[in-house]
Amino acid sequence: MNHPKLADLFNEDEKRVDWHDKALWFVRHKRDLSVHQVQGWETLRNYGRAIKAHTLSNLDAYLEEFESNALENGVQVHWAVNAEEHNEIVHKILDEHKAKKVVKSKSMLTEECHLNPFLESKGIEVIDTDLGERIVQLAKEPPSHIVLPAIHKDRHEVDALFQEHLGTEPCDGNPQYLTNEARKHLREKFIEADAAITGVNFAIAETGEFVVCTNEGNADMGAHLAPVHIACMGVEKIIPKREHLGVFLRLLARSATGQPITTYSSHFKKPREGAKMHIVIVDNGRSEQLGRPDFRASLHCIRCGACMNTCPIYRRSGGHSYNATIPGPIGSILSPGKDLTKHSDLPFASTLCGSCSDVCPVKIDIHTQLYKWRQIITKEVKQPFVKKQSMKLMGKLFANPKQFKISGKIARFALKNLPKKIINAKPNVWGKSRDLPTGQKKSFDDWYKNRQKHGE
Amino acid sequence: MKVGLFIPCYINQLYPQVGIATLELLEKLKVEVVYPSGQTCCGQPMANSGYENKSIGACTNFVKNFKDFDYIVTPSGSCAYHVKKHFNIIEQTPEVLNVRKNIYELCDFIVNVLKIKNVGAFFPHKVGVHNSCHGLRGLRLGSCSEMVVEKYSFIETLLNEVEDVELMPLNRNDECCGFGGTFAITEEAISVKMGKDRISDHLQSGVEVITATDTSCLMHLEGLINRAGQPLKVRHIAEILNSQKRT
Repeated sequence: MNHPKLADLFNEDEKRVDWHDKALWFVRHKRDLSVHQVQGWETLRNYGRAIKAHTLSNLDAYLEEFESNALENGVQVHWAVNAEEHNEIVHKILDEHKAKKVVKSKSMLTEECHLNPFLESKGIEVIDTDLGERIVQLAKEPPSHIVLPAIHKDRHEVDALFQEHLGTEPCDGNPQYLTNEARKHLREKFIEADAAITGVNFAIAETGEFVVCTNEGNADMGAHLAPVHIACMGVEKIIPKREHLGVFLRLLARSATGQPITTYSSHFKKPREGAKMHIVIVDNGRSEQLGRPDFRASLHCIRCGACMNTCPIYRRSGGHSYNATIPGPIGSILSPGKDLTKHSDLPFASTLCGSCSDVCPVKIDIHTQLYKWRQIITKEVKQPFVKKQSMKLMGKLFANPKQFKISGKIARFALKNLPKKIINAKPNVWGKSRDLPTGQKKSFDDWYKNRQKHGE
Repeated sequence: MKVGLFIPCYINQLYPQVGIATLELLEKLKVEVVYPSGQTCCGQPMANSGYENKSIGACTNFVKNFKDFDYIVTPSGSCAYHVKKHFNIIEQTPEVLNVRKNIYELCDFIVNVLKIKNVGAFFPHKVGVHNSCHGLRGLRLGSCSEMVVEKYSFIETLLNEVEDVELMPLNRNDECCGFGGTFAITEEAISVKMGKDRISDHLQSGVEVITATDTSCLMHLEGLINRAGQPLKVRHIAEILNSQKRT
């Protein structure tokens, strides 16, 4: 099902849409309050954008610098050209350590690579340890948001899920009880784990270290307890210097949740004694996107989710309506680069209102890229006959003032004289919930000509 | 100062009163306005739907009609933005560059070119401003809530001087109405929901009349208001600024 159909389904329950919209708008509002406390916020955004643009232009050099420093720190570095390679590498490492139980902190990259089902098919248990991720994992659903994976679930649904899977008592959705139960459940998983997988928020070329940001401390719990730590990162996670964290950590936390800083910004540099640390660096289509001048800035993304929280469409259609690992505006410019046909509906799931571009902490011109994807999609993906023909017709009409005047007259006559019932009948989608404008006897043209004639 | 008036296609055909108000207002402000008769559309409907190449004829016709003016004024932020931003698909002759540079949305033109704030209007109603996205975030006709910049708004600058008008504060100051051109059809459910939510914000704030720099947003909102029979009216900003006390 495409975005309009899934959005339509989501909108069958209007109260739920209102609730979803308000929950995310609350986060957007918190972000507003928080960024307005930073003098020079716009300068900070410019820095963020500039550092990312510079890094992407020198990505090869920074990646190699990162690799050599990480190796020197005693970390093993692996390169994966695509999702399959990434999954194989992770499995191989786990296999070498005979790891059967894995805890994983939030990583959109491993979602993108569908690592969990792959490992599960090899008989390995993978537990997502971010609370929201654990909730959607229990529900056998993908995350609907990159920062708030279970934002589409209310506490009563979580209550029911926990009763079913964790054996909790019914609690009328008491958040404190549920969090405590989740905590107990996850502690056990942390202690039992043979290996920990984390994502990477920032990989620093000059030191070979990487930073993982979590609010729950779950990355640390996993990495500090398990004998093996595997960190998976996309190539675009590189930043040149440690001092650049001063820009990005501020941008990230405030944009994501309105916090001045994420609760845990954990720096990982080398394995502790007796333990192993691996980094898997993944391309999976990123170089290709880098090679598209109009779309390369999409790789600036630091995965804050602010564009989702601000997007009036996302808030009213839910993350699952995008049918992509990364939903919302940023996903709608990233996904077509991976599979144009499958995701050809996404760049059209927008009014091009531009809120995403203005909220973006690294100034990705998201709405401009949506517009550009549209131009490509109509050329490369088969379009509905009616759409294609009507666009062709309109193009001709607007190129010819005489034809425009005649058609205008016909349209006005129809609007004025046809009964409402016929005008708003089925083929007119506009008329399902909206009245059409009433037909005017005269166009502005007619009025103006008349005025000129009578020399008003 | 030679000023050409661009009346967007759908205003020409469906909302002539908005075009009339724009022309009358500009003339009241002593601007000599010419309305070139061969004009049609800026090409946006095709381009935003992904058919930029089908809009070239419209672009060329636009330039042909407006190349000789010092300023082009239009009662639409969206069309002005489209000309400025997306007329890069035709050859960038000096004429095209001039057209792109000289096009102004109406409020922008009055405040920043004419340098007038008080247009002498009278409108004794509670008004809610709908900040149309392309004007707001495209042309920067005002500050948007996402950015940390000094607050300003050209449409409010003008409305503040209108006699007896009461500007009502809204809960969400600059959320999209959900029109979005063909989006209104292809994503009907979301489009309608977005519009309904905007309307209820205005209703809860005690607004009697919603105004905007773009009739397209207002057409969408009015369609919903009329269907639901809600006690709200929509007026393009030109109509408010052109309103006077009946004597």
